[in-house]
Amino acid sequence: MTRNVSICAMAQIKNQPAIWQHRFQGMLMECFESIMEQTQVTFDMDTGLRNVVTCSDDVFDARTISDAAVTDVVGAHFRGEEKVAQDGISALGYAMACILSGHDDLILVMGHCKESQSESRNMCTNLSFDPFYSRPLGLDYLNAAAFQARAYMEETGLTDAHLADIVVRSRQNGAHTRHARENEQVTAKEVMASPLVADPIRQMHHYPVTDWAVGFLLCCEERAHEFTDNPVRLTGFGSCMDSYFLGDRDLTAHFALKKACARAYTMAGITDPEKELDLVELNDACAYQLPLWAEGIGITGKARGPKWMEAGGMDKHHVNLSGGMLNGNPLMLGGLARAAYGFTQLQGTAGINQVTGLQRALAHGTTGAAGQHHAVLILEK
Amino acid sequence: MKNSEESDSYIIHGKLALPYTYFAGRTGSTFLTTLRDQRIIMGVKCTACNRVFVPPRQTCERCMADIRSQWVTVESQGKVVNHTVIRYQDKHLPRKPPFVLAMILLNGADTPMTHILEGVNPDRVVKGMEVAAVFSPATTNTLLDIDHFEPVAEPP
Ligand SMILES: [Zn+2]
Repeated sequence: MTRNVSICAMAQIKNQPAIWQHRFQGMLMECFESIMEQTQVTFDMDTGLRNVVTCSDDVFDARTISDAAVTDVVGAHFRGEEKVAQDGISALGYAMACILSGHDDLILVMGHCKESQSESRNMCTNLSFDPFYSRPLGLDYLNAAAFQARAYMEETGLTDAHLADIVVRSRQNGAHTRHARENEQVTAKEVMASPLVADPIRQMHHYPVTDWAVGFLLCCEERAHEFTDNPVRLTGFGSCMDSYFLGDRDLTAHFALKKACARAYTMAGITDPEKELDLVELNDACAYQLPLWAEGIGITGKARGPKWMEAGGMDKHHVNLSGGMLNGNPLMLGGLARAAYGFTQLQGTAGINQVTGLQRALAHGTTGAAGQHHAVLILEK
Repeated sequence: MKNSEESDSYIIHGKLALPYTYFAGRTGSTFLTTLRDQRIIMGVKCTACNRVFVPPRQTCERCMADIRSQWVTVESQGKVVNHTVIRYQDKHLPRKPPFVLAMILLNGADTPMTHILEGVNPDRVVKGMEVAAVFSPATTNTLLDIDHFEPVAEPP
């Protein structure tokens, strides 16, 4: 029997620069209690939650086996608990697989990241590189992204002005999104005057340090009514890992993103993403990534990113109405934040930026330097 | 957050610092010791797709071919194909800002390697610039036996 999967509930705290007065366990606890309250889900081993999927990172948490520190607050003791240590959108994909396989009816997905805990986010991401050929050079996710940004700008004619427009729009949209990080509104001129940090990336082109936690309750479709009147179905998921070395990759070719999309689109029965996606949430840790990823998922037609932007593509395709990762979500949770926003839009509770007549959304996550790994999730009303 | 009471909230300062040893792998060992002892940069060539990989690895990911014994010497000179100017300061960085990290396609290699580029005004780095490795005076027993790259000719 073919099964379907729904998200029955989502709970999050506000994205903030530094939630110093709460441990990450406390951040998760608030999400957990909200999901219990929204759904009345139980921990009965026959009818309730038997398995929890968590998402966290050891280096950001400064303790190894970071999931072991949160099992109690996410209700994972005395039952299955599995950790995803990459962008949490893969945790949603994994939870889907648990349900689609018939192994479980219900999965709780809980993710947290407190970027503010470490002195330097770039030092954390430097540790994701090998200690032989990359780490001694100081490679981190910011300077690795700079190579990709330069290659993309050279190839497509994307300019500093395009990037400024993306930042301005991100902050405007972020201000309309509940639980989004509160950032100062800026003008394009201010963005273009913000200091270069890793040419061609300026400070304002890069997402700010952020702390956040989020939880989702996933359920097989036939039991979704037990927990909500307003479920959102998950109809497709795909992921792909590209080569590790930056020099082995074509940084602008979308190799992994296209493969991830192909898998998700096949699963969801999408043949023309440009027409069949009503809302798109892309994981843009840096401004240049919005048009780059938009090309990769196939919503820019034959146009390259800059031309697509100039033709109003971002608003036409409802891309990153949440503000995107650029407005501020922590690493590891960028894709979960995209899915959380897609969920609120499909539920019809997104507020000022609510799109009407929405049927289908795409949420995207990346892990690794300059988008080494991509994962996409298709959500439907 | 619901309870954002900040009184009587205490932060402790900690630090993770843990020395490690890492086996460089047999392929990596040959690369690093050859660099150290002979000042030669080695790659491996996949005879199926004719690509020369630097840094070397034992399998071609496209052809799934075992290429570990197919060593070739590449030149210590090549072209800048991409670069960034790092303008922030941080403890993991090998230089004080501003400095340049470049992707350099060595002559005889098919995959650019990343390294530090010096001897040029960071704002004057251009794609295609010819650069050569400058080896460190004393060995570091790491990739940093190539101390940095610098332009072959004076930039215009
Ligand atoms: Zn090959």
